[in-house]
Amino acid sequence: MPAHHPIMSRGFLHDLDYSVVQQCMHCGLCLPTCPTYDATQREAASPRGRIALMRAVADNKLEVTRVFGEEMYFCLGCLACETACPAGVDYAHLFDMARAEVERVGVLARPKRNLIRQVTVRWLFLSRGRLRWLGRAMRLYQKSGLQTLARRSGLMRLLPKRLRELEPLTPAISDRFTPLGYQTARAGEGPQRKVGLVAGCVQDIAFADINRDTVEVLEQNGCGVVIPPLQECCGSLHGHNGEWELARALARKNLDAFGAENLDAVIINAAGCGSHIRHYDRLLADDPGYAERARIWSAKVRDISEYLVEIGFRKPTPSSRPTKTRLAYHEACHLVHGQKISRQPRAILASLPDYEIVELPEATWCCGSAGIYNITQPEMSAQLLERKIRHVVSTGATTLATANPGCALQIITGLRLRGMAVRVAHPVTLLAEAYRAEG
Amino acid sequence: MNAIDPTHISRLVRLLGADRVLTRQEDLITYSFDGTPILNEMPGCIVFPDSVPQISDILKLADHHRMPIVTRGSGTGLSGGAIPVPGCIVLCMVRMDRILRIDPANLTALVEPGVITAKLDEAALPHGLFYPPDPGSMRISTIGGNVANNSGGLRGLKYGVTRDYVMALEVALPNGDILRTGTACVKDVAGYNLKDIFIGSEGTLGVITRVLLRLTPKPRAKKTLLATFASTSAAAETVSAIVAAHIIPCTLEFLDRTTIRCVEEYAKIGLPLDAEALLLMETDGHPAVVEEESAMMSGIAREHGAVEVTIAKSDEEAVRLAAARRTAFSALARVAPTTILEDATVPRSHLAEMINFIQQTAEKFKVRIGTFGHMGDGNLHPTFLTDERNHDEIHRVEQAFTEIFEKAVALEGTITGEHGVGLAKKKFLPMVIGPVGLEVHRRLKQVFDPNGIMNPGKMFDEQEGRDGAERK
Repeated sequence: MPAHHPIMSRGFLHDLDYSVVQQCMHCGLCLPTCPTYDATQREAASPRGRIALMRAVADNKLEVTRVFGEEMYFCLGCLACETACPAGVDYAHLFDMARAEVERVGVLARPKRNLIRQVTVRWLFLSRGRLRWLGRAMRLYQKSGLQTLARRSGLMRLLPKRLRELEPLTPAISDRFTPLGYQTARAGEGPQRKVGLVAGCVQDIAFADINRDTVEVLEQNGCGVVIPPLQECCGSLHGHNGEWELARALARKNLDAFGAENLDAVIINAAGCGSHIRHYDRLLADDPGYAERARIWSAKVRDISEYLVEIGFRKPTPSSRPTKTRLAYHEACHLVHGQKISRQPRAILASLPDYEIVELPEATWCCGSAGIYNITQPEMSAQLLERKIRHVVSTGATTLATANPGCALQIITGLRLRGMAVRVAHPVTLLAEAYRAEG
Repeated sequence: MNAIDPTHISRLVRLLGADRVLTRQEDLITYSFDGTPILNEMPGCIVFPDSVPQISDILKLADHHRMPIVTRGSGTGLSGGAIPVPGCIVLCMVRMDRILRIDPANLTALVEPGVITAKLDEAALPHGLFYPPDPGSMRISTIGGNVANNSGGLRGLKYGVTRDYVMALEVALPNGDILRTGTACVKDVAGYNLKDIFIGSEGTLGVITRVLLRLTPKPRAKKTLLATFASTSAAAETVSAIVAAHIIPCTLEFLDRTTIRCVEEYAKIGLPLDAEALLLMETDGHPAVVEEESAMMSGIAREHGAVEVTIAKSDEEAVRLAAARRTAFSALARVAPTTILEDATVPRSHLAEMINFIQQTAEKFKVRIGTFGHMGDGNLHPTFLTDERNHDEIHRVEQAFTEIFEKAVALEGTITGEHGVGLAKKKFLPMVIGPVGLEVHRRLKQVFDPNGIMNPGKMFDEQEGRDGAERK
């Protein structure tokens, strides 16, 4: 049974505050910023077209059909439309509600899709233990030479085509995961600010180093860091894929794990998660036990770059290195569009002594990762990745900074397929390295 | 719901290919509206031609079977011109989006109708040229749509409107014939000036298939000023005095007090909340002239009682000042669920009277109106902030804009400066063009579109009209 909101009577789109739908004045200014409209030139694949369909459902002029479901899942959820929208339409919320309605009605249900969703969204991503177990298995596969062997020997060809295409997307697993339960040792003059770090799930198993770098940079800037041990996946995957009730359950667990009331800030370094956890207040607004705590949490959530700029981070001392490395910055959708954070990561990158920044064309255009979109819509995703890689190559940069694990994995895959030697790094990692180089 | 005979659909599919003909309910819904609030209507199908012969064939088919055609670009219009006629064929031109030639020697560009306005401007830039008409939707509006609506923009006073840049047109007529009108010559008096009949014809006469546009050299310098006033008449007098001093600014934009407050609330740029009016002024051209003119404009604004005048000292400051005007519509659109943007226009000398009348009308009917607009060319945008579900309020909104249009016409102005008539202003058109004008419109329509298939029921109804009775 699809998860169902307890007080829900007629469906997610019917119960939505109608003024959210009505706020769209269908002016069309979102169209040129929408990657799927750009690719198809079809209104149903545009933000205002999708909103018109949602409104038709809310008005009982359209049933939730299979086509409706497909259009909602063709959307990347990149939120570039929100940046372009003159009327401030809350597209992110409409999008989540529309997909939740698609799942509630079950128009896309097929045995294979159900199984995949059951295993991933409803099982794997509900528990850090399971994710880490999978991470260890994958690490063994990668480090034991089995992966190399499988790739070289042609054993891969025995796999079904779809699985074979997915294999190159599997992330390189970190040697060590994030140290859950970590707490800054109180030494010397003592930290001035107390912050909690959201470890993420993909970040935790594939990019644990970014979490370590985040802790290091925060400590260098006078923060005491805790990594609450009982935290789970932030639930963005669930919220954006129609599992509203599971997203709520995960949010409650994280509120319990962090106790944000006693922190100065809740720090997140993954753009996709940040864009979701900022809205725990809305997610739990009708939960009497958690609404107030969620409100406090949402007020304290900060992206790492946003927080560093807010507290006036220390700029690394000038370097003696004679040549500078060319660096381009890819703006993760859920940072620039989802959280309107663009200036801050750029300020961090501008402070790096060993890098020269070159502007990436279409820096704010989606790379096609979009959560699990590269798995559910491989064609559209590959098209966007190709476009992104072409732009990266055009800059001549040898380092690409980006602040979202999904984008990083996607772009690393794209670069590898092209045989390009470009390093992909999180801005906070580059800052941590600059601090270390000070000696 | 689908009013089109399946045999006609099959014919269209044979002409264009299956992926260029949309008939699913979900697709029809997404083409049932344009940028106009409240109005919508379901089409029969949507087709995407990518060549002139295809358009000609579609028109022949439609004309033969008397099927209505509604031509559409990106669907950003604000008068309902691209809203479907029930069961019509929507002819969506977005796939014909090639810039065929930029000719720096003759200062022209030859484009297909689906070219995005801003993309043409970008393509002209490397040649040191630009395309001046800049409607608010220029990042997505199409040249075909701009020509069909004779679109304006912020630079009307100095640079004119779309009409001033169209040198030649190629048009597919409803019987499938291809008409070419105009040439690349600045001077051309051979025959009737037929192209001017198609500019602003809102898809009621034929389908624009190619456009030859004039480009103009990009000015070398620009200077931006912002002035605030304690009264609307002081702002209006400033505008009149600037023009009387023989300065033609490229921008002379106005915000009224409601808009100023909404902008400040939204964008926090430090505008005085007690100001009654704000003017954003820009002059462009030779650097020395720009310097002199901006100093004169500042002086004139002060002489006419400006409370504060700021001249931008850098490009960044210019952008910051211009933000007041640039965010005006966004700021207003956020205030209420339904935003109705009107474009009543009066001669410059009547601006103060018109603005005051709009404010009184808002009070009289208890509706919220923020007014901003192009002070230089008299084109105002009274913007109604309302909720379409509040039927009582919508009724009062309609009463208010009827009185505003009547006033505009009484002041020798017009009901629409740049949005067009379409459906939204149809009932007000006779007020401006009179019975003889209406009759000439109808006869012209007959000449080009004898079977009445081109966007029927838009702009005016197509009956004989000799007895003066309106067809229902």
